[in-house]
Amino acid sequence: MDALTLLGFGPTGWGDDLARGVVVTVTLSLATLPIGLCLGFFLSLAKQSDDWLLKLSADIFTTIFRGLPELLTLFLVYFGVNAALKSLSQATGLPDLALSSFVSGMVALGVVFSAFASEVFLSAFRAIPHGQREGGLALGLGRTKVMMLVILPQLIKIALPGLGNLWMNLLKDTALVSVIGLADILRQAQIAARVSREPFLFFGTAIVLYLVLTILSSIAIGGIDRWTKRGEVAK
Amino acid sequence: MSGNAPSLAAPAPTPQKPKIAGMIAIGVWIAVAVAFVIYFATAFDTTLIARFGWSYLSGLWVTVSLVAVSFVLGALVSLPVALGRMANNPVAGGLAFAFVYFFRGTPLIAQIFLVYYGFGQFHGFFEAIGMWWFFREAWYCGLLSLALNTAAYQAEILRGAIESVPKGQWEGGRSLGLPRTVIFFKIVMPQALIVALRPYANEIILMIKASAIVAIITVYDLFGETRQAYSRTYDFQTYVWAALLYLALVEALRHATNWAERRLTVHLKR
Repeated sequence: MDALTLLGFGPTGWGDDLARGVVVTVTLSLATLPIGLCLGFFLSLAKQSDDWLLKLSADIFTTIFRGLPELLTLFLVYFGVNAALKSLSQATGLPDLALSSFVSGMVALGVVFSAFASEVFLSAFRAIPHGQREGGLALGLGRTKVMMLVILPQLIKIALPGLGNLWMNLLKDTALVSVIGLADILRQAQIAARVSREPFLFFGTAIVLYLVLTILSSIAIGGIDRWTKRGEVAK
Repeated sequence: MSGNAPSLAAPAPTPQKPKIAGMIAIGVWIAVAVAFVIYFATAFDTTLIARFGWSYLSGLWVTVSLVAVSFVLGALVSLPVALGRMANNPVAGGLAFAFVYFFRGTPLIAQIFLVYYGFGQFHGFFEAIGMWWFFREAWYCGLLSLALNTAAYQAEILRGAIESVPKGQWEGGRSLGLPRTVIFFKIVMPQALIVALRPYANEIILMIKASAIVAIITVYDLFGETRQAYSRTYDFQTYVWAALLYLALVEALRHATNWAERRLTVHLKR
């Protein structure tokens, strides 16, 4: 069969399977992003608090999850949590609980994302002059309001390039979840390659699909970047 | 854990009573640590060490050698790519840009699959040109993908570092009548490499982590040996051992980098 038939949609081609894989990849990345961003933000707050125990805790978290290979983190979550859940349900007699590969991927990649994001947020926080916070407090705004109305809008602008890089890494790391059976782009390509005996065609297609996703992402990030800088004078 | 250097625990400038959030957070970590100690105390199995100790060490060696060789090969490839990125020639610039974008924009695992499984489809062709021995071995395929992948990242590191050297250094060299290659290698590069030291170290750490992927294509690196040990015993501590070894490797490298940077920038301190 020629390449066009193999990549086409319908019963003879693998186009629809690959398209479903794209949906799974994008869904997983988008579902992981808010977890990673929120956790990373709170970790960065913990790292600048003057409570040294909180700081130490956040540093331990970052050290572990930045140092472990993403694949190993994924396996630790998938096998470790599932084994723990199994012994828990055996001990308590509750119905069997299990973490799906999608949720494992979300947890593992979210945790890794947050470890890196906390460093991005931390350096962005340091780039905002102290006077901004003091000015807000002097105007009588509360601590939460200062954070939401004064610090956060500037923080997003400064952190955006770093977060954009992390988003790209996240998008690429979702391919690792195919190893524990998630039906993403790479998994679908693998199945198609095995059945059709055309590995070069299908892995090549998978790579092109990832490339398209990265290009679309960088266009989107560029758009957000321009939007955050809309108040600045054009150079 | 190996990472929490005592310096991290240095008290804040205005010593305060630890607050409730910090106590809870550290309490969680202490609970995790205690759980691990109990887990290891009950699950620890010396026969496992006897059975898999050597294979873990050989796996560690495979990981380290794979990363070392591909890092050096990647450094060699990255030099022309970085020069291409900085060239005024649109063809060279375009090619270098496409190379960098391709390898940085797609997952390493997909690149490895393309090389290992995809190129296997052209078995006859590679046999004809006498290259089949290379693409037949998972180790070489992993090496090739890792080397090209890191070359793309290193090219960007190198470009950033070279562009960070002030133009006056070039002009000064030229006014002394030095040829361009001498200026590049003797004046610009040494200064660029100091800037590039930290990004390079980060890249090595990223490679150590990424190299675990080659286990999927049957290379018995540290992660591959771990998977093998797990599939034979179904004992979760096999993964914990691997995690500790990876963390020790990465942390050792991180501290070595900090030390090297302090040594190399002594003349810049005031």
